[in-house]
Amino acid sequence: MADITAAGSATATVDKVAPQPKNRIPLLVWFGLIWIGFILIVALTADWITPYRFTAYDLRNRLSPPGHVLHWLGTDELGRDVLSRLIVSIRISLLVAFGATVISAVFGTVMGFLAAHFRGWVEQFVLMLADFQAAMPFLILALSVLAFFGNALPLFIGLMGLYGWERYARISRGLAISAGAQGYAGAVRQIGASPARVYLRHILPNIASTLIVSMTLTFPEVILLESGLSFLGLGVQPPMTSLGNMVGYGREYLTRAPWIMLAPACTIVLTTLAVSLVGDWLRDRLDPTLR
Amino acid sequence: MSAPLLQTRNVTRCYGMRKGLLGRSVEVRAVDGVSLTVERGRTLGLVGESGSGKSTTGRLALGLEKPDAGDVLFKGAAMPGTDSLAWRQMRARMQMIYQDPLGALDRRLQIVEQVREPFDVHGLGQPKEREALAFALLQSVGLRADQGRRYPHELSGGQRQRAVIARALATKPDLLVCDEPVSALDVSIQAQVINLLVDIQQELGLGLLFISHDLKVIRQVSHRVAVMYLGRIVEEGEADLLLSNPAHPYTEALVSAAPVPGRRTRPRIVLQGDPPNPAARPSGCAFHPRCHAARERCKVESPLLKPMPDGRLAACHVAHDQANFLKAAS
Repeated sequence: MADITAAGSATATVDKVAPQPKNRIPLLVWFGLIWIGFILIVALTADWITPYRFTAYDLRNRLSPPGHVLHWLGTDELGRDVLSRLIVSIRISLLVAFGATVISAVFGTVMGFLAAHFRGWVEQFVLMLADFQAAMPFLILALSVLAFFGNALPLFIGLMGLYGWERYARISRGLAISAGAQGYAGAVRQIGASPARVYLRHILPNIASTLIVSMTLTFPEVILLESGLSFLGLGVQPPMTSLGNMVGYGREYLTRAPWIMLAPACTIVLTTLAVSLVGDWLRDRLDPTLR
Repeated sequence: MSAPLLQTRNVTRCYGMRKGLLGRSVEVRAVDGVSLTVERGRTLGLVGESGSGKSTTGRLALGLEKPDAGDVLFKGAAMPGTDSLAWRQMRARMQMIYQDPLGALDRRLQIVEQVREPFDVHGLGQPKEREALAFALLQSVGLRADQGRRYPHELSGGQRQRAVIARALATKPDLLVCDEPVSALDVSIQAQVINLLVDIQQELGLGLLFISHDLKVIRQVSHRVAVMYLGRIVEEGEADLLLSNPAHPYTEALVSAAPVPGRRTRPRIVLQGDPPNPAARPSGCAFHPRCHAARERCKVESPLLKPMPDGRLAACHVAHDQANFLKAAS
C-alpha cells in the first residue's frame, strides 16, 4: 500500500513539473478502471460464474470460514455459499445503482431544460421541487414510500432514481441558460432552430461532460443508499440478495462469522472508491480549462 | 411605394432591477421610445456608450425580445411572437452577427456542420447537397475547405467571424443585424471583416443595422447614423453630415473623442462623470449633467427628437435654438 501511494504521488509530482504531451493515467485511476471493469464483468456473467445457486443450502457446511475447499469465501448461517451470494448481490446492486443513476440523470436534465426553456412559473416550480428534494432527508422519503407501496425491485429502482435529480436539474438549467443568453444556443435559436434541436443537438453534447462527472459522483452515493436501506431491511428483500442486504443480515454473526459481512462490505468500499476516483479523473480530463 | 425593410415604432423595453436583498423592484427603461428605419441595401449605424441600449434595440429589431410598448414592422408586417413557428421561419429573412464569434459557435461541431445548419433547419436544398453548399458559402467569405473541417477554437478570431457571417448568409436574408461585429477583433482583421460585409451588402442588397461604439467603423459602413444615449435616440441623420458637423453636444463629444489622423481641428471634449444610472434618470434632458452647453431649460424639459432645417433629427434644446436663431438671422 505504501508503495502504491508513493508511486501515485511520484507520478502526480512528475505530471505537475513537466506536463507530458500524452496525459498518463495515474496509478490509482488505473486501479479504479480495472476494478470497475472487473465488477461489470462479474455482474454480466453472474449466471455462469456462480459456483452454486445463491439460495442453495449446504447444511453440513454452515458458517464455514473462507478457504473451505467447496466454498472459497465461506458460507453463512444456512450454509449458503458467500461467493455465489456476493456475485448475485453485485449484479443486483449495480442494476439498482445504474438504473437509479440513469433515471435521476435523465429526469433531472429534462427538468432543468424545461426550467431553462420556459422560465417564469415553470422554472419557479422546478426550483421549488429541487429545493424540496434537497431539504427532505432522502432516507425518510424512501422509508415512507416503501412503507406505503410495498417493495418491488422496479419500484425500488424508481425510488432510488429520485435521488440526486435536483443536482442535474440545477446544473443543466444553469448551463442551458448561460448558453442561451449569449452563447451558441442563442445563435442557433436565432437561425430558427426548433427548441428540440437547440437542446438535443447543441446544449446536451456541450454539457454532457459535466453531467457524466455528476453521474460518477451520484453513483457511489446510490450504492451506499441502497446498502443502507437494505441494511435496515427496507431495500432488496430476501430471498433476493444485494450487497447491503448481505451486510444487514450478516451483522448478527459479526463476531462468529465476520466473513459473511466483510466480503460485501469490502466490495462496497472498493466499488464506491473506484467510481469516485475515476469520476474525479474524468472531471479533470473533460474540463477544457484544466487541460 | 413599398414599406421599408425594418421599422421600429416607439419601441420600449423595460427590465426590473432589484436593489439590495429586500429592495423594491425598480423599472429600468433600457430602450425608451426608439423609432428607427432600415432600408434595403442601406446601412443604419447605431452608436452609443455601453449601457445605452444599442444591443437591446438590435434584439428588439430581430424580435428576440418582445417590446413592452411600440411595435416592430418587417416589410410592413408586424413581428410574430418570439419562438412561434412563424417567428422561427422568419429567421431565414433576418440574421444576426455577434460580437463574440467564439461564443456564437458550438465548440463541439466542425465549422462546416454549423454553416450547413440553416439549410437543415429551413429545409433548403437536398440533404446531400447541403455540405457542398456550406463549403461554397465558406469559400465566398474567404475560408478554405480544410478550415471548414476544423473546430471553432482552431481558427483565428477573424476566421471565426467569417464563419459566423457565412452561417448568417446561408438563407440569403434581407436584414442583417451586426452587434459590435468587429470590436473583439484586431484592427487589421477589423478592416477585412468590414470590407467583407460591405461587399456582401452590395452583392445581395442587404439592409444592415450596424451596432458599434466605434465611430471610425460606423463612418466606414453607415449611410445613416443614429446616436443613442440612455435608451433614447438623441440624433439621427446622414452619416457624413452627422459625423462631420454634429448638432447634439453628446454626438459632438463622441466625434471629438475619436482619433483623427494629423492635427486635431476641433478641441477634444472630455465628458465629465459616468453615464447616469438608467434607474435614476436625470430630469429634463438626460444628458444635461454632463453637457457643456446645458441651460436651465435642459434640467426641466425633456427635448423631443425633432427635424432640424438640414434634414437630420436631433433631441436638444440648444441645437434647435441655434438653428432657429440662424434661420431668423438669415
